[in-house]
Amino acid sequence: MKFIIAIILTALLSFAVGLFQFFPWWSFVVCALIVSVAIPQKPWKGFVTGFVALFILWIVLACIIDIPNEHILSKKVAQIIPLGGSYILLIIVTGIVGGLVGGLGALTGSYIRQK
Amino acid sequence: MRIVPLIISAVATAGLVAVLNMQLPSGATKTPRLGYFLSPQHGFWQNAEPVTIDFPEAIRVSGVKNMVDVFFDERLVPHVYAESNADAYFIQGYIHAKFRLWQMEFQTHIAGGRLSEILGDSSSLVVDKYFRRLGMVYGAEKSLKEIESNPQTREACDSYTAGVNAYIKSLKQNQVPFEYKLLDYSPELWTNLKTALFLKLMSYDLTGGTDDLKYTNTKNYFGYDDFMKLFPNVQDTLDPIIPRGTVFEKPAIDVKTPVNLDSVYFNRKDSFASTPPIMPNKSNGSNNWAVAGSKTKSGRPILCNDPHLGLRFPSIWFEMQITTPEYSTYGASFPGSPAIVIGFNDSCAWGVTNAGRDVKDYYEIKFKDSTMQEYWFENSWKQSEFRQEIIKVKGKPDITERIAMTVFGPVMYDKTYGGASKDGKYYAVRWKAQDASNEINTFYKLNRAKNYLDYVEAISTYQCPGQNFVFASKSGDIAIRQQGSFSARWKQQGDFVMPGFDSTYMWQGPIPVKENPQMTNPERGFVSSANQQSVDATYPYYLGRAGNFPPYRGFIINRKLAAMNNITPDDMKLLQTDNYNVFAEICKPVLLKYLDETKLTAEEKRYLDIFKSWNLRNDANEKGATVFQTFWDSIEMQTWGDEYSKMKLPAIWPDESSLIESFINDSAYKFADDINTPNKKETIADVVLAAYQKAAKQLAKMEKTNKLEWYKVKDTYVAHPTKLPSLGRYHLNTGGGAHAINATKSDHGPSWRMVVQLTDKIEAYCVYPGGQSGNPGSRYYDTFIDTWAAGRYYSIIFAKKQEARKDDRMKWHISFVNG
Repeated sequence: MKFIIAIILTALLSFAVGLFQFFPWWSFVVCALIVSVAIPQKPWKGFVTGFVALFILWIVLACIIDIPNEHILSKKVAQIIPLGGSYILLIIVTGIVGGLVGGLGALTGSYIRQK
Repeated sequence: MRIVPLIISAVATAGLVAVLNMQLPSGATKTPRLGYFLSPQHGFWQNAEPVTIDFPEAIRVSGVKNMVDVFFDERLVPHVYAESNADAYFIQGYIHAKFRLWQMEFQTHIAGGRLSEILGDSSSLVVDKYFRRLGMVYGAEKSLKEIESNPQTREACDSYTAGVNAYIKSLKQNQVPFEYKLLDYSPELWTNLKTALFLKLMSYDLTGGTDDLKYTNTKNYFGYDDFMKLFPNVQDTLDPIIPRGTVFEKPAIDVKTPVNLDSVYFNRKDSFASTPPIMPNKSNGSNNWAVAGSKTKSGRPILCNDPHLGLRFPSIWFEMQITTPEYSTYGASFPGSPAIVIGFNDSCAWGVTNAGRDVKDYYEIKFKDSTMQEYWFENSWKQSEFRQEIIKVKGKPDITERIAMTVFGPVMYDKTYGGASKDGKYYAVRWKAQDASNEINTFYKLNRAKNYLDYVEAISTYQCPGQNFVFASKSGDIAIRQQGSFSARWKQQGDFVMPGFDSTYMWQGPIPVKENPQMTNPERGFVSSANQQSVDATYPYYLGRAGNFPPYRGFIINRKLAAMNNITPDDMKLLQTDNYNVFAEICKPVLLKYLDETKLTAEEKRYLDIFKSWNLRNDANEKGATVFQTFWDSIEMQTWGDEYSKMKLPAIWPDESSLIESFINDSAYKFADDINTPNKKETIADVVLAAYQKAAKQLAKMEKTNKLEWYKVKDTYVAHPTKLPSLGRYHLNTGGGAHAINATKSDHGPSWRMVVQLTDKIEAYCVYPGGQSGNPGSRYYDTFIDTWAAGRYYSIIFAKKQEARKDDRMKWHISFVNG
């Protein structure tokens, strides 16, 4: 239960902080860390919490944009990145990048509370 | 707290964020900041527009005086209805920025020598130095003063700039255009100087190509007499814009030819090693014509224009309508400048083609010493002035170019500007675009012109780049005038580098505007231009090297128009997109006459049969066009390759007309001989046979890979300035060619096609290879490409405000209100 709440909380806070454009893109790392401090878990679980929260958040946000765009831009970017023009891969890569940063932030937080 | 894992974890987090927050090297370029770029709330995802795009019904913007209504039709063409000029140009600036901001700024960064600020690599620095030393910023600053000293153009530019900036200021960081995120920089505010810089870039694109340095190298290599044989100043096919036999008035300027031409001009020695990093495409040209009511079905004139420019995304053009209580105009505008450049209004229509006149020359400057403080001019030492150009480089210290300024202009090539001249000489460049001028004023007035006299008045102050302005009005007038500020040249002035110590080599004139080539309501019922020489040799001034003026499109346009009657707009569309290759028509019998078929194998003959049965059209699927082009290229190489392969300096090759007319007129053509075979004297027949055999080998290879259709060989594409393949459109299935009226080549061609019939209710059609939106994430990014490639047109909606309100083709309506 703690695990699920931590994920939801991290994702919501990260989304909220992203609405403020004057904060840099990586500001959510602080959210992941704070949630991880507030809801202590084992370090590996902390990492998974941060990873899953941001992975899901970024994938959902990307899809909300990509579907009405009918993949026009994602297909082009997936050739620049390069991912063979696959928008699905690009969305997954987006999720992984967000997830890794969020996971490491949360991991750091969980070590603060670890005895 | 577990200190050690905590520190490791914190460092890893910071490290990953840092890496994702920096541009990493990737080949010659850099990646975007990946974390930022991929972030759905910040990065590129934010530029992915819903395909069912929607606009707010009202936009509050500080700067408009009254409410401005903008209707967007289904092609995303805005129809702007404003109460004043200031409001109209404010909204034009706002809309240009909304759809084309990155392009607008990028173009002015090129023009202003500021690419290094955003790219910071060595190739951008080369471009920056080149444009700074050429005097682009110097000229733009002077033009800016001129623009701002005229109350009307000042108001237009001030309003336009305010509109662009209102849009930039309204942008949230995640809304900046895609390319800023990709290249990692931010838009800066617009200025009137940027508009002036953009117009100088157009001047460069259309007049920067006169390549005196390469011509000088080539003349030195061949010697003057042979050079003149290769580069004759006569073209037999020429049908000038002003028909042969027209009597010109006695010239107002008595052009004085220098007395020491042979010693200090024709026989001077120079050796240029460098070539410009950006060279305008030699084919930057265009077609335009107007037919009088006597030749049309409606009894009213029809005007057509298709400017040929480099094909790229986003397009150089943005289509729109601007209406105020005073006037209403429609056409192609330049993102970066106020007004409509090519188009029509309630009363008349106008269009442009490039005049191609020589307005750029080089002078050798003799300095006292390498400090460049004093130079020899008219038998005394004259003091130089200096201009500092500071180039900012991303992530590196600034670079300062200290440029000596002379009576001719900036000393472009000196010892600090690497490798320009092998002999360490100094060269100044005199270019018309370095002067103050106000081209916007001409377009401003053309947008409002009511009749022929307004048109003449509008273009009379236009200076550079020289254009052939075609005109037609509802009242039935048609006209054409080659307009620009042209120096009164003596024969061959400025073909080569000139001495900079002798004032007799300076520009004379300019030629009075009334002596510029012009024609109004001719009996033949049409006027036209296609970059050919505007006049025959009886015109009292020299135009520049004939090689700057391709004769064939003009020749075929005039032949076709002369034969046409009862013309409709549909006929004009067919003519504008016509793929008939008149150059091939001229060459075919000559080549077949010289080619000894008995010496060909059966395999080689197969391609000859394709050539023989070819209909002379460069249609997309014609194989004959491929055979002809391959054969022709091979002949050029076979004829001149032996000479040119021995030349070590940058050179220029003769024109096609020079070769075919030599084959026709001179059966003992000197250059047919292969200089590598001293014991044998080759004839034209030898050249043609050898060239054909080589071409046949090449054709066999093409056929094996199934690439004999013309469109596959020509391979037309439209690229984005970043050259990223996914941002362009490649391998378009479309016909055309250099000498067809449809001058579509690989990356160059008709950048805007327009047909306007001046009936009471104007009937107009257009298309351009691009889309209204510059955003690669928009469905309107490349909307028109396929229509353009297929040679089809869109019907233009030129509506009054009340009509626009009711027209169901208007998909969106935005009211701009002050706030």
